[in-house]
Amino acid sequence: MVDFGGWDMPVQYPAGTIEEHLRTRTHAGLFDVSHMGEIDVRGPDAIAFVNRLTSNDVRKLIDGQAQYTALTTPEGTIIDDLLVYRLAADHLLLVVNAGTTDKDWEWIKSHHSGESVELNNISSDYCQIALQGPDAESILQTLTDVPLAEIKYYHFTPGSVDGVQGIVSRTGYTGEDGFEVYAPADRAEQLWNKILDAGKTGTPTGVLPCGLAARNTLRLEAGMALYGNDIDETTTLLEANLGWICKLDKGDFIGRDSLARQKEEGVQRKLVGFEVTERGIARDHQDVLIDDECVGQVTSGSPAPFLKKNIGLTYVPVAHANVGQQIQIDVRGKLVGAQLVKTPFYKRAK
Amino acid sequence: MANVPEDLHYSKDHEWVRVDGDQAIIGITDYAQNSLGDVVYVELPKAGDEFAANEPFGSVESVKAVSEVFTPIAGAVVQINESLADEPEIVNSDPYGQGWMIRLKMANPGEVDSLLTAAEYEDFTKAESE
Repeated sequence: MVDFGGWDMPVQYPAGTIEEHLRTRTHAGLFDVSHMGEIDVRGPDAIAFVNRLTSNDVRKLIDGQAQYTALTTPEGTIIDDLLVYRLAADHLLLVVNAGTTDKDWEWIKSHHSGESVELNNISSDYCQIALQGPDAESILQTLTDVPLAEIKYYHFTPGSVDGVQGIVSRTGYTGEDGFEVYAPADRAEQLWNKILDAGKTGTPTGVLPCGLAARNTLRLEAGMALYGNDIDETTTLLEANLGWICKLDKGDFIGRDSLARQKEEGVQRKLVGFEVTERGIARDHQDVLIDDECVGQVTSGSPAPFLKKNIGLTYVPVAHANVGQQIQIDVRGKLVGAQLVKTPFYKRAK
Repeated sequence: MANVPEDLHYSKDHEWVRVDGDQAIIGITDYAQNSLGDVVYVELPKAGDEFAANEPFGSVESVKAVSEVFTPIAGAVVQINESLADEPEIVNSDPYGQGWMIRLKMANPGEVDSLLTAAEYEDFTKAESE
């Protein structure tokens, strides 16, 4: 167990990180992500309020749809990345990272001015269980009457799972198809055990409980940024390749002017993916060199169990941010060769 | 319960030593491989490299972490386990056998007597995991 944003979380379960990772890619993995924060926004100005604090366009959502977005500083850097769920025109749910929940909550409250909204930090009321992988739909369907096949990617529906009323969302952080179930916190154990049973855990192709380490390797293979590693308050959305959640034409929002200026002038550095081409594993915080000069640090570095490669993310000067660019990683004093590759490293077959 | 063979010597850094004449074979214990998780990479020295007692001679990496491995005794490397380059997972499946790491020519063969016996090591790991 490790401390993760104040939560005691398992790094891995008995099967081990590699097996957990592979099972999620080939069958199904179950993740207890109850540590994620939930902030409830209700009132006639809910959409206008959240739209002013986040970079994506909340007005584009319909009821039952979710959106990946960011809370931004006036400089266009990232306070947090999050999902916005539209339950109704006057009711949004923000799902934020565990380690940033308190910071986000303070930020959101302090930027509430005239809008007619009621804000509630309901993080401790909810559990969140993520069932991910190609078998996720068939497993979860045995426990719910909600027609899961009808839920499109990044959509959700209120519904009950094993008799527990909650939200069933077709979202995830693994690069696989799958669902995230939000339910009252005191039903977490019931849902966890029922899904493991329904997924025939313990059999060679059954669902495996997965820890934080597999969650990290899965998201990294899928090229998804991790807050605190790859993105934070020193990186802008444009540098982090998150221009697609940056809707500069939606009207004003915090950070818009800075981002518009940066878009016009161009970014100095860019978040890129690399693959180690020599023997060695790149790890977080190691120096990255181009032509013998240190240009930055590895923001995420790890073995990729499904791809069977050693991969990572780093910021490099934009002049070098091209696929095929050779770089070197300082792996505990030894320079190890790597080259920039396209991200996502892994893309599931549709 | 971790496997602790009777005929080996142990260090508090979780390495084992098997004496073979004036040479010693060194690897990591079952307890160590189990705490590390799936081993995905092993970095070893070159034959001829010399180490003092308790000096790191290489590293073992799991998906999540890097751990240095130490030689409990002084000596010069006469052989390394080349097969770990392609099959590092042998360290998990057979830590005391095929998963050995280096063979040393001992600088001071008497040094092994200062290491832990199997019983002492077992007590040590029990205390550590409590």
